[in-house]
Amino acid sequence: MHTLDSVDAASLRSDVPEFRAGDTLKVNVKVVEGNRSRVQAFQGVVIARQGGGVRETFTVRKISFGVGVERTFPVHSPQIDTIEVLTRGDVRRAKLYYLRKLRGKKAKIKEKRETTPSK
Amino acid sequence: MTTQQNERAVKAVLGTKLGMTQTWDENGRLVPVTVVQVGSNVVTQVRTQDADGYSAVQLAFGQIDPRKVTQPLKGHFEKAGVTPRRHVAEVRTPDAAEYQLGQELTAEVFDAGQLVDVVGTTKGKGTAGVMKRHGFKGVSASHGSHRNHRKPGSIGGASTPSRVFKGLRMAGRMGHDRQTTQNLTVYKVDADKGLLLVKGAVPGPKGGVVLVRTAAKSAVKEA
Repeated sequence: MHTLDSVDAASLRSDVPEFRAGDTLKVNVKVVEGNRSRVQAFQGVVIARQGGGVRETFTVRKISFGVGVERTFPVHSPQIDTIEVLTRGDVRRAKLYYLRKLRGKKAKIKEKRETTPSK
Repeated sequence: MTTQQNERAVKAVLGTKLGMTQTWDENGRLVPVTVVQVGSNVVTQVRTQDADGYSAVQLAFGQIDPRKVTQPLKGHFEKAGVTPRRHVAEVRTPDAAEYQLGQELTAEVFDAGQLVDVVGTTKGKGTAGVMKRHGFKGVSASHGSHRNHRKPGSIGGASTPSRVFKGLRMAGRMGHDRQTTQNLTVYKVDADKGLLLVKGAVPGPKGGVVLVRTAAKSAVKEA
């Protein structure tokens, strides 16, 4: 319990799905053009999730026209319309910065095989 | 002396800095804010032109163990009809006569969007060298430099003047100074919790006492 938790509570979003590094996300971002706003999707792999509480952020990487593009979003940003988790990745690290050096097939992340929890 | 400054009514409250956090405004832009806990202030003295030669209000804030209050201060608070407080500050304002003794002030004296100055005591840094304390550039990392990378260099002449000039910037105690940060915007006023959210940074450590008052130098728009 931190001093400012009650202040931050107002800015926190409750509709953020569970995701981690390696997952492929479709982030629907609100874009304001002049006086009208629309939703633009940014789809890619989460390579990092850092910070905590209201200042937590995540970084999504995609290859656009052969160029790597990374975008960092605050998890609780009101600029984000929705976050869709497309696939769960099977990775062994929390930060996938090594993907920046890889291209093509090597930069592909294995999809996690869903295991049913044994009871 | 300060006629121009005295034209505008000055509002002020004492509070403690709780720390910094962030929030988003209605346009979705990130806003860094400092949270100042105001709670309630009381007026302990009203200074008037006739009695004191200037007009001001004295504010008091914070809890204190009654055993720690000295007899003179106890009498001073009794005169105002309030329980003793920890911190006292005086604010010069031309409309001091409108305040009553014992009157309570809360964070609501300020509105969101208003410009304020925040006075506080900066974090103490202890003994600091000239690079940290005065922003000196130090000495080159290489090119024959030896064990003098953070030194100030020469501090003056030799037999003329055969002394070091007064006020020469050297190493020493840094921080724990009174500082005013001007023209900060009040982002939000939380009346229920008694909190003031000020955009940007405010001097002092968390838990430090700060005085928030109407900006002295802001462009007068309301006039």
